[in-house]
Order: sequence, then C-alpha cells, then structure tokens
Amino acid sequence: MSDQVYFEDVQEGQEIPPLTEKCTSQRLVMWAAGSGDFYQIHYDKDFAQNTGLPDRITHGALKHALLGRLLHEWVGDQGRVKRVACQYRGMDMVNEDVICHGRITKKSQQGGENIVELEIWTETPQGQKTTPGTGVVSLPSRGQ
Amino acid sequence: MAEASVITDEMRAAIGQESEPLTIEVDKTTIRMFARAVGYTDLIYYDEEYAKSKGYRSLPAPMGFLGNPGNPIFRPDRPPRPAYIMPFESPYKRILNGGTDVEYYEPICAGNILTSTSKIAEITERSGSIGPMLLITGETTYKNQEGRVVARFRGTLVQY
Repeated sequence: MSDQVYFEDVQEGQEIPPLTEKCTSQRLVMWAAGSGDFYQIHYDKDFAQNTGLPDRITHGALKHALLGRLLHEWVGDQGRVKRVACQYRGMDMVNEDVICHGRITKKSQQGGENIVELEIWTETPQGQKTTPGTGVVSLPSRGQ
Repeated sequence: MAEASVITDEMRAAIGQESEPLTIEVDKTTIRMFARAVGYTDLIYYDEEYAKSKGYRSLPAPMGFLGNPGNPIFRPDRPPRPAYIMPFESPYKRILNGGTDVEYYEPICAGNILTSTSKIAEITERSGSIGPMLLITGETTYKNQEGRVVARFRGTLVQY
C-alpha cells in the first residue's frame, strides 16, 4: 500500500492517482467466477458476435469494482471506501486498458468522520469516458 | 410526439414489492476469489491475521462484493437472476447493465451472515442511441446478524 493520505492534505479539485487495468480475457474469466456473472458476451467471442457485438466486452460490474479498487488504494490502510456509484454509458472491449480516474469534489465532516466525495470515471485508451460516477470515502485526520 | 408508454399496470404494481429474504454467508474463499478477480494486492483481502492487524474482524468484503451475489446466492432450484428483476413480460428482449450504486455503512467481513431483501425501486423509459428502452432499478438492502442495515445496492438494468 502507498503512504497514508490524510484529510488535511487533500483539496477539492485535486485528482487522485489513476489506476490502469488491462481487461484481458483471463481477467474477464476471473471476474465471471469471482462475481458469479456467467453471461457469455464477456468470454465467448462467437456468442458475443452473434448478439451483434464486435467482440467480448468488459463486465460493467468489473469496472465498478475497479473504481472501488482505485479508491481503496488511494485511501490507504486507515481510510474506508463507503460508496461507489457509476453508470455504464459506453462499452470497453476485451484486451483493452480500463483507466480509472478520480477527482475530489467535496470535503466535509459528518458524524465524526472525515468525508471526501469524488467524481470518478473510467476511460478507454482513446480517452472516451465510458463509466462516469461518484465515490464517497472517509480519511483519517492528522489530528486524531 | 411522445410515443405510447410501454410501462404497464402490471409493471407499476411490481414496484416496491419486497422479495423473500435471502441469506448470504460472507466467507473467506469468496472474498479471496473476488479480490483476485479485481486485481487487489492488499493482503487484507487474502490473509486473515494481516486483516486483523489492520483492525478488521476477518477478511473484509471489497467494494462491489455485495451486489454481485450471483455466486453466494446461487442455488440450482432458483433462477440465475433474482425473480424480482422482471416479474412481468417486457416488450424488449435484450438487456444491458445500466449502472451500479453500492453503499457500505460499516465494514462487512467474512463470518457475517447477511439477510437481503430486494425490490424494484423505479421503472422509467427513455429513447437513446440504441432505441427505446426500459430502465429498471432494483434495490437490495443487507442486514447483519444483529438486524442492522450494513449495505445497500442499487442496480439499473436496461431493456431495449
């Protein structure tokens, strides 16, 4: 894990370090088993093409989980990922990088917690935003 | 000119109907498989002693673990998708995943026995690049052994 990030050290508008994951067919098969989603458009090329797709596509829920991992790896051991919401607006094809981004939109203190809200999204290697969303995390304070 | 709505009285009547409760055992093997599938390298998802050293009761469930319950709730005598998603005839045959929204209200760890209930929260219709579509948002609420709500999942299915 990277160094701990603290509530006092982050600002609204700041971007967090991106996460890139190449969604190979192996990754999609692992996700099918790990999530229980065995819909064949994600790992059977013939099946995917018979439904009119050019090839297999990355599971939307895997992109949601990758956005969760983006936030988890940013908040460090003492932070918590509380909410990840996203919409699947565009497809990501098998064997392409899914590049996860986040930008801080709001800092607040609620119920004794240091809450940070973020705009989060995934991009294709061509820069198309396919999965916009929002995240909520809590961070530790230097004063605690 | 607006096209005629495809949302029937039967669909409207299905909104808000709570499903039968399902039991979900959060276990270490499933957490490890899920974390590996997402590419996590943090040992809190793999090594119980390490997770405890970081303040967790056991391996914590990664974000997204709940809401992808295909594996934990699968039973051969039940449909592969929960019946609440489409207890009615739809004019559209194709399905896409429209979106996912998961909230964790406290850490969920291996050893938790959760009870979930689901309902259709909303049905809307829209026309987009893929033509007319129905957007069906399901909501699942998870309670722990003490009856506290520990997580909420909302998922939107697109039928077109």
